Amino acid sequence: MSAQAHAANHYYIPHGTHWPILGSVGLFTTAVGGALWLEGLDFGGYLCLLGIIIIFLMMFGWFGTVIRESMSGTYNAQVDRSFRWGMTFFIFSEVMFFGAFFGALFFARVFVENWLAGGSNSLFTNLLLWKGYEPAWPSNGPGHVGGSFEGMSAAGIAAINTLILLSSGVTVTIAHWGLKEGNRKKLCWFLLFTIILGFSFVGLQAHEYIHAYTEQNLTLGSGIYGTTFFMLTGFHGLHVTIGAIMLTVILLRSLKGHFTPQHHFAFEAVSWYWHFVDVVWLGLFIFVYWL
Amino acid sequence: MYNTADAHHPEHPSGIWRWITTTNHKDIGTLYLCFSLLMFFVGGAFAMLIRAELFKPGMQLMDPLFFNEMATLHGLVMIFGAIMPAFVGLANWMIPMMVGAPDMALPRMNNWSFWILPFAFILLLSTLFMPGGAPAGGWTMYAPLMLQTGTAFPFTIFAIHLMGISSVMGAINIIATILNLRAPGMTLMKMPLFVWCWLITAYLLIAVMPVLAGAVTMELMDKYFGTSFFNAAGGGDPLLFQHVFWFFGHPEVYIMVLPAFGIISEIIPTFSRKPLFGYTSMVYAVASIAFLSFIVWAHHMFTVGMPLSADLFFMFTTMLIAVPTGVKVFNWVATMWRGALSFETPMLFAIAFVFLFTIGGFSGVMLALVPADWQYHDTYFVVAHFHYVLVTGSAFAIMGAVYYWLPKWTGHMYNETLAKWHFWLSVISVNVLYFPMHFLGLAGMNRRLPDYPVQFTDLNQIVSVGGFVFGVSQLLFVACIILCVRGGKKAEAKVWEGALGLEWTLPSPPPYHSFTEPPAANLIWAHPYQND
Ligand SMILES: [Cu+2]
Repeated sequence: MSAQAHAANHYYIPHGTHWPILGSVGLFTTAVGGALWLEGLDFGGYLCLLGIIIIFLMMFGWFGTVIRESMSGTYNAQVDRSFRWGMTFFIFSEVMFFGAFFGALFFARVFVENWLAGGSNSLFTNLLLWKGYEPAWPSNGPGHVGGSFEGMSAAGIAAINTLILLSSGVTVTIAHWGLKEGNRKKLCWFLLFTIILGFSFVGLQAHEYIHAYTEQNLTLGSGIYGTTFFMLTGFHGLHVTIGAIMLTVILLRSLKGHFTPQHHFAFEAVSWYWHFVDVVWLGLFIFVYWL
Repeated sequence: MYNTADAHHPEHPSGIWRWITTTNHKDIGTLYLCFSLLMFFVGGAFAMLIRAELFKPGMQLMDPLFFNEMATLHGLVMIFGAIMPAFVGLANWMIPMMVGAPDMALPRMNNWSFWILPFAFILLLSTLFMPGGAPAGGWTMYAPLMLQTGTAFPFTIFAIHLMGISSVMGAINIIATILNLRAPGMTLMKMPLFVWCWLITAYLLIAVMPVLAGAVTMELMDKYFGTSFFNAAGGGDPLLFQHVFWFFGHPEVYIMVLPAFGIISEIIPTFSRKPLFGYTSMVYAVASIAFLSFIVWAHHMFTVGMPLSADLFFMFTTMLIAVPTGVKVFNWVATMWRGALSFETPMLFAIAFVFLFTIGGFSGVMLALVPADWQYHDTYFVVAHFHYVLVTGSAFAIMGAVYYWLPKWTGHMYNETLAKWHFWLSVISVNVLYFPMHFLGLAGMNRRLPDYPVQFTDLNQIVSVGGFVFGVSQLLFVACIILCVRGGKKAEAKVWEGALGLEWTLPSPPPYHSFTEPPAANLIWAHPYQND
């Protein structure tokens, strides 16, 4: 069977699967629970949590099946290529999701500040609604929504986090070299370094958030600055967390010897994801913290 | 030969569980198509209520809020429930057969892409029964109006998220299939045009559905977590929503029409018994339309007070789209030129598409003119424009495709007489329905209002009658499908005399796994798509 699977002209077709329907039920439960919770019903929160647990179960089962099939040699090179295209375009969709929020940031900084202050053809916007407003950044708008606050600086935690994430990109690449050399020790150690760096990033970011809320009066409600800052870094932090969890799974699989120097798509997919998270951070560092 | 995950002989569970767990591209294609047909009638019912209310001036049947709910849900259901799933269903059925593959590249994910949809629509339609009613701010969900929605608000947002996840996964699957599962010898420039159009559509889907998810997430955050995306006092701007939304929205209209272009490019050569004229230029035209679709979005916003330079930029880029679209229409006509034409129902729908979609294209060019748009904006002229593009465009192409491939899918010929009745009733009533809307709009009748001044009564009554006839005619479509599934004259492998392409080398109905071995290269060369 597995010999057959590796023959070039054979197709791979899986059987029926019950994981997707479980995933749909999970998504549905999460959505209904989340919506009820947002509308002020407490039990909605528990329902939402239940939904997330169901989604995790689904991922566990689904990926488990795929790993078993992969280990038994069911997949040929063609399946591998399909997975690669799938992951590539999944990351592209994530890039576009971040693009929407970067777009909001640029729009607010380049146009809205200027228009509120009467620029372009918005003279009366300023005269009638926001008289005397001067464009500024950081800004919480002419209504000073959320009260005065202190913006973020590129020095300090942001700079350290940049260093951390960039080095984690290096360590994950070294881990990949180790994998390709068949050096499992190198692979596992450098994966471990990457994970530690990833979680340190998340830890420092949590510290930064707490500091912002308690010392800088900078919150999600601090006008457009707080909005864009927390939404962009928040979604990014979420992605780092997911990436670090995926790296942990990959480390456990590496320890079990799941990967061979030739056959290790899961490792590569996660490292692509990690590099993507890395690149997004560079955008954040430049446009959110620095400029 | 093919191999399955854990056994040599695949077993098919029966009953509902088979449909829930299936990884087969034909099963999933059928699910998508049935779901889309169901939603077509749900959305159609909403439209009927709208037309019933507008039959006479004054308030007749419903309160204005419910009217707005109908207008909103009609748009959301038709776009995300009827048109898009229908195209994905056709892609599922046809792409593996057209490129010579056994199935889609990622069959399990394929199952998930579909099975998210029913849940998303349960979420969306359940809002009708919630305190405060369903969303009523229009399918465009503009902030800050949308933020006034009642309990329905988060349900609507999450429904949009689920539809987005479903579309993106479906699109990823289609791209992986096309790029990776083509039979040896089928180079990109030998692919059938339906496959080309879907490749580019899938790319558009992956590029813009996440942006829509971002836009509605911003609304969610503004409503519940105190952010200021759309709050000018906090330095945000309600216009930001429109920009982000239409960055999704304009490519979205091409998502709903490029696969239709592909279908028409399959049907017309078949019934003209000639290869498609200008294959290469067709591919480049579709690619340039897709590229341009990313830099035209603000033509939906000419009246919001953008700087003049922005108005001009978006006007010119929008008008540029007429060039590749013109190339396509020219090529379809040139394909028919001196062809041995015959007029079976798919061809009738295709010809109607060419005529009527072009009318929608012309009114699109009119709307692209900034000074003219200041007059047309938010009137029934716009409604007429996009219904010509989406109903006589996309929906007609889908119906044509169903008649074209139904014999392949079921192994039976459909009833040609009944189908022709369906076509002629549809094509006449659809023009009675939408053509007068142009005049209503030019005369100043606003869209999305449950009432209107009395001078618009006559035209509105004509429109409503057209709408009811069009709606009822669609029952013939269902009858044709049901009759064809249940029986009828046996269909040959090559159903249509002039048909080209690998799907016609398979028996009708095709085997469960389409091509279990890559078809021999000479088969492909025997089906030239290019003139050379
Ligand atoms: Cu547009």
